[in-house]
Amino acid sequence: MPSLGAGMDAGKLLEWYVAPGDRVKRGDIVALVETDKAAIEVEIFEAGEIEDLVIAEGTKVPVGTVLAHLRPVGAAPGDGASPPTAAAPAEPGKAAEPEAPAEPVEPEEAAAPVARAPAAARRAAEDRPPDRDRATAAGQPASAAPAAPVGAERPAPATPAPPTADGARPRSSPYARRLASEQGTAIDAVTGSGPGGAVVARDLGDTPGAAAPTELPAAPAAPATAATSTSRKPATAPAEEQDRDLAMRQAIARAMAQSNREIPHYHLGQHVDVEDTLRWLEDRNADRPPAERVLMAAVVLRAVALACREHPDFNGFWIDDALQRADRVNVGVAISLRGGGLIAPALLDADQMELDDLMSALADLVKRTRAGGLRGSELTGSTITVTNLGDRGVETVHGVIYPPQVSLVGVGRVQVLPAVVDGTVEARRTIHLSLAADHRAGDGHQGSLFLAAIARHLTEPETL
Amino acid sequence: MNDRIRDQVAAALFEVAPELEGTTIDPDADLLDTFDLDSMDFLNFVTGLTERLGTNIPERDYPHLRTLGGAVAYLEDATSGSVT
Repeated sequence: MPSLGAGMDAGKLLEWYVAPGDRVKRGDIVALVETDKAAIEVEIFEAGEIEDLVIAEGTKVPVGTVLAHLRPVGAAPGDGASPPTAAAPAEPGKAAEPEAPAEPVEPEEAAAPVARAPAAARRAAEDRPPDRDRATAAGQPASAAPAAPVGAERPAPATPAPPTADGARPRSSPYARRLASEQGTAIDAVTGSGPGGAVVARDLGDTPGAAAPTELPAAPAAPATAATSTSRKPATAPAEEQDRDLAMRQAIARAMAQSNREIPHYHLGQHVDVEDTLRWLEDRNADRPPAERVLMAAVVLRAVALACREHPDFNGFWIDDALQRADRVNVGVAISLRGGGLIAPALLDADQMELDDLMSALADLVKRTRAGGLRGSELTGSTITVTNLGDRGVETVHGVIYPPQVSLVGVGRVQVLPAVVDGTVEARRTIHLSLAADHRAGDGHQGSLFLAAIARHLTEPETL
Repeated sequence: MNDRIRDQVAAALFEVAPELEGTTIDPDADLLDTFDLDSMDFLNFVTGLTERLGTNIPERDYPHLRTLGGAVAYLEDATSGSVT
């Protein structure tokens, strides 16, 4: 069970998208997991063949529990030393060292795989995107990896899918098959939206744990921050919803308390004259249908992504007493949930997308935050977070960094302010831009340069 | 108020804010402030309207759409000249 954000200590496996015998490659989505905030699609970061599914659908387990066994590419069937697989270990920092990974190994199997564990750990560390590892480290030694409690309780293994004629991935998840049978629906007639076109529960009208707040808050990034959009909660029974609200609140509380406790924040801010940029955007949008228009929120995210490339010390993590620069720019977008709560899924590789693509990706991210379909890599992969509270009317954001990141960029609303342009005073649309940064990782001077770089991109839209 | 247009506007709103479905919307209530919609929500609302009514809505006309009543009036004008 991966850690999908600081403050998460357990997750419920809602649905398997794979079955024993399936071949998977890195990045494949293998399961749907429910956290306090949303139902998240979990990816696998190793290639191989699924040997068995350990945890049955509907079971809630602590972070670090073995969910399934994977036979890595090239290993012989029935090889007792197959390395355990979780989508991401809770303590990726450990996986990077050539030692047996502490968490996902079941006690009774510990003896057998010891000789292979170092190789497995190294391979796992290489295959897994570094950001994901670092993001989940979260600098919390205590919560990171509960020592495989799997031995204590072993729910019945998941029902494997009937093998298809060519041994290909099943066309439906076990949960979906069960639902179809209850509904009396012919599953073959349903179009699947899951991985590989598989029919999954939501195709049958069931949305297990779809998160729904209207806003997408960043994963406990900045409690104050707004979101570019709001998501609405799914219709659940009132008591269940209350429990979930409380659990979400507690997860955010843990992460924010950790941030306050461990990160020595410094704060910088400046006003940015965006009159020219807004006019440029209006001209650009004027000839386009609404579906192709770009929001200022996307412009800001693009500016931040570009500035991260130029100032890589603000795009990374503080782990084990050192700054680790991320090798990708995954900008977390803070989205607040209706009724309370916050998620900050990442726009992966935001620096690689042109503005129009980034706008589409943002719209898609918001949609999936509401309706379900966020992926684990989006929840844990943020290398920096942006909190845009402009829509909510605040002028200035004083942010709280989401550990283990080292920066949070805040954006306030567009205000018309008097400014001096070419020697005369004019009314200019302006936004306040702020940076909350980890003083262990850098100092105010570098922070100022980073903020200035964001401002420069914001005021020179041709560079976006 | 044109009922067909009002229903389409309401439907576009409910797509963006499903929890409002079934409730009565005050025609003069500011949609953004009253229902906590942000810029992305509003853009989706506008996109939904253009798709449903087949008429473009330029950005400069957004202020007309801040209330249900305003949106219906605007769209009545916008669609009255269309030939289908």
